[in-house]
Amino acid sequence: MNPPVKTLVRDGIWDNNVVFAQMLALCPTMAVTTSGANGLGMGLATTAVLATSNVLVALLRGVVSQEVRIPVFIVLIASLVTVVDMALNAWLHELYKVLGLFIALIVVNCAILGRAEAFASRNGVRASFVDGLAMGLGFTFALVVIGLIREGLGSGTLFAQASQLLGARFAFLEIRLHEHGGALLMILPPGAFAVMGFLLAGKRVLDARLETRRGNAVALPQIPPASA
Amino acid sequence: MHLEEWKRRPFYPPLLLGAVALLASASLAWAASATREAIREAEARDLRDSLAQVLPQGFAENDIAAGGVRVDVEAGASPLTVYRALRDGVTRGVVFTVSGKGYGGEIAVLMAVDREGRVLGVRVLKHTETPGLGDKIETAKSDWIRDFSGKTLETANWAVKKDGGDFDQFAGATITPRAVVNAVRDGLETFSRHRAVILGEARAGAEKENGQGGAS
Repeated sequence: MNPPVKTLVRDGIWDNNVVFAQMLALCPTMAVTTSGANGLGMGLATTAVLATSNVLVALLRGVVSQEVRIPVFIVLIASLVTVVDMALNAWLHELYKVLGLFIALIVVNCAILGRAEAFASRNGVRASFVDGLAMGLGFTFALVVIGLIREGLGSGTLFAQASQLLGARFAFLEIRLHEHGGALLMILPPGAFAVMGFLLAGKRVLDARLETRRGNAVALPQIPPASA
Repeated sequence: MHLEEWKRRPFYPPLLLGAVALLASASLAWAASATREAIREAEARDLRDSLAQVLPQGFAENDIAAGGVRVDVEAGASPLTVYRALRDGVTRGVVFTVSGKGYGGEIAVLMAVDREGRVLGVRVLKHTETPGLGDKIETAKSDWIRDFSGKTLETANWAVKKDGGDFDQFAGATITPRAVVNAVRDGLETFSRHRAVILGEARAGAEKENGQGGAS
């Protein structure tokens, strides 16, 4: 009954991407994508938590009853994040100083509870692990893309300070596009909404093109009329 | 009895939730005690590093980080923790933290001042300012905070340029640098008002200290 790994990976990274398809976790997405390095840090930290929480939930799925599943998942996820936070602070203190800001934010990431509820509570441990990893990487991908666009337009750099996160060997990633600052708006919250909107539209157009090429013409606007 | 039957019993969900909460708290308590020592060490190392950053090399001959002294400066206010840099038995300068109210919350600033009230160095210890905007107060992102070095209350106009002062604000972020400038200025004013106490040279009776063991 377990879905094949290839489907899981494809789902997580593209077809059912946390941000671009499920439209979950938009709050941390908007908040941290002021630069590519920030997006990467948040994405990687979330991936680790997501994969672990999926495994925990899948392990416990047999004993958790329907009525209390949500509080049980929340307790599990919150404890897990707190343990990760303390462990990083204690043993990987340098990394913690860079990522620490993001870790506490992971608790409120609804994508984690979403995957626990929608996938890990119904599938095996191995599939849940793969799903968590793939969803996390998809999330990372989305954050890095949004972060790079906002950073490029807003500050004129790409991956600035990435070496703080990844180590000095990755200093080559840091690119300065131009010297004269940029459109500050892109760093501020409206920039996040604008970039997000264009990327969502772009993904829909791309998906529709791919479908047509495969010979299944689909009606592009599947978006229900805005009601709220 | 089979698990599925148990799960249908009315007391099963609360018991399960209770058990999970108990296990979660137990693992948290265990993790907290397992990491406490390492976290304390890491934070002490951070303090040592920060102290080394705000003071010029070879400025002091004592282990400054080991000698934090709590000094009551203002009546009613919480005591100031002062680290004294000594040489030949004389306090050459002091390091203490001040805090400012930034855009995203409190900004903890560590500042070093020499005997004459001249800023030796300033570093931000902790802040929650907007990444990409207000975080230019970190040395990792910008050299802005180094501008304070060498300034005294008299030789600088302690405000950001927008308010008619000497210090640059950042594009799109005025509140953050303003908070830091004000915090450092307040720190200097506190120092000049309570110079003798902070330097540890007030008359013995006037000084209320504790925990000075091993400071000199």
